[in-house]
Amino acid sequence: MSEMKQIKNLKEFSTSADRFEGASLLCPGCAHSIIVREVLNATNDDLILSASTGCLEVCTAVYPYTSWDASWIHIGFENGSTAVAGAETMYKVLKKKGRLKQPDRNPKFVSFAGDGASYDIGFQWISGCMERGHNMMHIVLDNEVYANTGGQRSSSTPIGSSATTSPQGRVSYGEKRNKKDMVAIMAAHGIPYAAQVSPNKWRDMVKKIQHGFAVEGPVFINAVSPCTTEWKFDPKDTMHLADLATDTLVFPLYEIIDGHELNITYRPKNVIPVEEYLAAQGRFKHLFKDEYKYLIKEWQDRVDEKWAHLQRREEARI
Amino acid sequence: MAFDKMELKDVEVWDGNYAAAQALRQAQVDVVAAYPITPSTPIVEGYAKFTADGYVEGEFVMVESEHAAMSACIGAAAAGGRVATATSSQGYALMVETLYQASGMRLPIVLNVVNRALAAPLNVNGDHSDMYLGRDSGWIQLDAFSPQEAYDLNLIAFKVCEDHEIRLPCMVHQDGFMTSHTAQGVNTLSDDAAYGFVGEYKPMNDMLDFEHPVTHGVQTEEDWHFEHKARQHNDLMTKVIPKIQAAFNDFEKLSGRKYNIVERYDMDDADVCVVCMGTSVETAREVALEMRAKGIKAGVVGLRVIRPFPFFEIAEALRGVKSIAVLDRSSPNGAAGMLFNEIAGALYNADTKALLSGYIYGLGGRDLTKKHLVDLFNELQANADAGKVTTKLQQFIGVRGPKLAYL
Repeated sequence: MSEMKQIKNLKEFSTSADRFEGASLLCPGCAHSIIVREVLNATNDDLILSASTGCLEVCTAVYPYTSWDASWIHIGFENGSTAVAGAETMYKVLKKKGRLKQPDRNPKFVSFAGDGASYDIGFQWISGCMERGHNMMHIVLDNEVYANTGGQRSSSTPIGSSATTSPQGRVSYGEKRNKKDMVAIMAAHGIPYAAQVSPNKWRDMVKKIQHGFAVEGPVFINAVSPCTTEWKFDPKDTMHLADLATDTLVFPLYEIIDGHELNITYRPKNVIPVEEYLAAQGRFKHLFKDEYKYLIKEWQDRVDEKWAHLQRREEARI
Repeated sequence: MAFDKMELKDVEVWDGNYAAAQALRQAQVDVVAAYPITPSTPIVEGYAKFTADGYVEGEFVMVESEHAAMSACIGAAAAGGRVATATSSQGYALMVETLYQASGMRLPIVLNVVNRALAAPLNVNGDHSDMYLGRDSGWIQLDAFSPQEAYDLNLIAFKVCEDHEIRLPCMVHQDGFMTSHTAQGVNTLSDDAAYGFVGEYKPMNDMLDFEHPVTHGVQTEEDWHFEHKARQHNDLMTKVIPKIQAAFNDFEKLSGRKYNIVERYDMDDADVCVVCMGTSVETAREVALEMRAKGIKAGVVGLRVIRPFPFFEIAEALRGVKSIAVLDRSSPNGAAGMLFNEIAGALYNADTKALLSGYIYGLGGRDLTKKHLVDLFNELQANADAGKVTTKLQQFIGVRGPKLAYL
């Protein structure tokens, strides 16, 4: 049986991490390490982990050091999910053959990847893993940009954001396309569990991760990861940005069970205007010029529409 | 054991693909992750069917691309078990990124490469373009000239690459269609004898040893990267050939079939010889015997081990030969052929005055005929008689249109 951690409060949570060490090269204020600790803390079971190429990978396994006290593998940018799928397959075989060194364990298989490695270059690999039914969890550390290579747009980069390959300028407001709806796409694979999480809502996240570990089959998690460097905010404000993301409903928290049963898991008591979320980040600064203010209105309309859509789906149980 | 053994006849009629599939079954490979591509597909179909019929206890994972196939093989091998797959041509090209990762992470994986041309233009037939593409990838590369050898070399590959002193992945090559789809008599080993030869898989740095977590696939920059690559090269240069030779010796004791790092045919007193790979070796041997009947002392050298390149064994095999032709079955695209260059490098400081010429042949499955080889041996004899290369250094043979020759 799975062994899930019972965590009472944030203090206990913050001191109980022991399989992802504090020492890493991630930026001060990076949300990646917070999310990873919250995920790893959700279980006492053994973990087989991967990271696709990106910030998390280059900052946590620089030879001869490692931040990981659980087995961990990195192959390339696109295939971290498939690496874990291969390990999960080998686990099944060795279990069947009675060749596991510790046969009584119940390991969890988790791949971490950024939005570039998930929405773009690794899209096919993740889709394959989800479709084939591996007993694994793929977690996107979604900071909506290629942060590790210096801030290029990905298909997760939202409209109006200034990225180095979709920069704002004299005649451009930056990124022209809206963010890809990856949770919906992954849920459409008919997987047992897909969810969106945010590090500020740690109880919600732990619950979802534990749900994901408890089900048999592939699980997809999209975690918003505010990026101090590319979103351009003060490193001390990471959790404030995460609060803005969830409470403006720019990142609504919900889950989709078996590809169709949608549940909203967090309803902000006071919904904050999207403008405040945009105003808190340098990547949207130019939207506050007079000629682009209509985009802020469009942003709010889009967020409202998506929220209404999620609520309709939840009500209709589809 | 939760699988059934297969009763094989002493001699079975198998093509190269089925012979390789049988070897994967007998080695009781734990995980095969693969993607179909002509002409290698029947190897992994064979493993899938053996699994479905209960003749092997393992998992076949049909992934969504060759890149994913090798990625899953890497994850499975790092987890700690026996892993194999197969591919060809475009699929191999797609896999190249992960080939370097498999070898750099020192993971023993056996990859059957059924050699096929590379597009464009698209072509499903055999040449060595794909085989050449992976030659710097840090894998061991063995070349089978026939279905029998495809069977034997697969068993040998596991034994060599899983050895804890080696821990490098290994490719077993065979020619697309000419070997992969041509059925011949294959001498078999019993399931027990074959598995006994390959041995139990002994994991090392396995991710599934939960008491000893490992980090695979780290970042190394200018402070460590060079040392890692140098160590891998050092093991290829110093450890692999002796280990292959030892495996060949053991295999001969078991089966009576003798393999050599470099295969020599009629080379003891040869004045002229052809160096080649794959199915062409057999054709060249037949023609060499006919040339001997005409008074030309002809011989053939076949490359059994492509990587690590057997410099000393090649120099030894070619000692005393007056005129040598090196046959490359891949478009050199602006250079001398790969094999030509390697042979030239192996001979440069050796005790030889041999004349060296190169031939490009057989691209996209074009036949290498006996007539081509008769003409070629005659050219070699003319070179030997003249004491110099009488033709251009690089010639194309078997291609239509005006004769192409360079250098």
